[in-house]
Amino acid sequence: MDLVTPDIGLIFWTTVSFGILYFVLAKFAWKPILGAVNEREKSIKDALSAAEKAKDEMENLKSDNEKILNEAKLQRELLLKEAREIKSKIISDAENEATEKANKLIESAKTAIENEKSAAMKELKNTVVDLSLNIAEKLLSKELESKDKQLENIQEILDKTKLN
Amino acid sequence: MLLRFSTKFSLIFFLIFFGSSIAFSAEKSDDKKGFDVNEMIMHHIKDSHEFHIMDINGHGVSFPLPIILWTKNGLVSFLSSEFDHDDSGTVVVDKNGQLFVKYHEKIFYANTENNTKYISYDELGNVLNEKPLDLSITKLVFSMFISMILLVFIFVATAKTYSRSRKGEPTGLGKFTEPLILFIKDEVAVPMIGEKNYKKYMPFLLTLFFFIWINNVMGLIPFFPFSANLSGNIAFTFVLAAITFIITTLVANKDYWKHIFWMPGIPVPMKLFLAPIEFLGIFIKPISLMIRLFANISAGHIIVLSLISLIFIFKSIWLAPASLFFSVFISLIEVLVVAIQAYIFTMLSALYIGSAIEEHEH
Repeated sequence: MDLVTPDIGLIFWTTVSFGILYFVLAKFAWKPILGAVNEREKSIKDALSAAEKAKDEMENLKSDNEKILNEAKLQRELLLKEAREIKSKIISDAENEATEKANKLIESAKTAIENEKSAAMKELKNTVVDLSLNIAEKLLSKELESKDKQLENIQEILDKTKLN
Repeated sequence: MLLRFSTKFSLIFFLIFFGSSIAFSAEKSDDKKGFDVNEMIMHHIKDSHEFHIMDINGHGVSFPLPIILWTKNGLVSFLSSEFDHDDSGTVVVDKNGQLFVKYHEKIFYANTENNTKYISYDELGNVLNEKPLDLSITKLVFSMFISMILLVFIFVATAKTYSRSRKGEPTGLGKFTEPLILFIKDEVAVPMIGEKNYKKYMPFLLTLFFFIWINNVMGLIPFFPFSANLSGNIAFTFVLAAITFIITTLVANKDYWKHIFWMPGIPVPMKLFLAPIEFLGIFIKPISLMIRLFANISAGHIIVLSLISLIFIFKSIWLAPASLFFSVFISLIEVLVVAIQAYIFTMLSALYIGSAIEEHEH
């Protein structure tokens, strides 16, 4: 029973001792030690998070670069496409214009030819009429020179012409 | 590191105290009756007013400790050597007209009515004499002071090593002590109390752990000024458990009390049934702390002493190797046990504090 009966003196001294020990150690040992440990842990944490951040930034930079590269590629593609389009447009425009001009030229040439042709025809007709009149005049004057011959001619014409 | 340090310390103590204040026992001990193992062991694990160092030719060599008494006439103090190793109430010490006798390591006012017997008993053998309030620096208190000096020395030195290091890395003694401190922080305080609140209780938990541990270890070292069974004394464990109990009760939040007196989430009859159980639990928890440490450390001392005593019980030197082997074996286990007990005490204290300030979500 003696063994499990707490002794007042020892209770008193333990309380006092623990109290003193607590305050002394808390002030002169635990505070600086835990302070140093916490500081160190904080700096390690900070360093780690900074590294993480740097890594993220690198990642961002990398993706940014990729993006810029992609954009540049797209731009180039676009420019090339536009250039090609412009080129083909210019070509087709030029072609069209040329065709049009050629057509116009042909058209005007045709009308000119037509005009010349009709003018020529007119002149030809006039010439032919003049010529024919001259020939006829000459022929008639010649034929009417003799009566016999006239009669003969009339007879011949009448023969050829069947009257029915 | 710790071991080298403590042996150095014990050497200093030896040098200081051996020359000056060794008291020789004049008492003829009851050798004739033979060796009483039970008494020897009980004497060892209990407190004492003098620190017994060794026996030379049947004379006990002890380190006398101050006796401080709060008597009817105020404070009285004298060295325990004035009792001349007497523990049976036969030597009287007269201080300012007050007479004291020591009987079974308790100080009584001497009974002056009968001049030959200073102690009077009732029929059951209980002492009837009055007792002054005994605040002596007993063997255990003395041992506790040494442990305090050691702790302050070790940890203030550790704290100083941090100012020497550039980036807060441990150097010197800190390399040994820091892992222990971090262990208490990361394995005890943070998981038991929580990341948010643990910092406030760190000084308490650290002091508690190292105070218990160093006293446990000092109890295992079998020579003066160690070997005292301080952490195996119920008064010591009582105080530490009481401190945990007081902290737990003071910091407890509304949730804690609610979970004790009106447990949420269960039917009313169960609430009524659980309330007294939970209420008792408030006290059982620190009491279990108190008894666990006391019983474990005392048991360790008793086992080692019993194994050594086998030699004397069988009165044979041939038993010595076996007895020594077993006691060394048990001592090695005890080295582990005392560390575990200090850890368990600290961890459970942290757990109780943690459960008192825990915020429940429901």
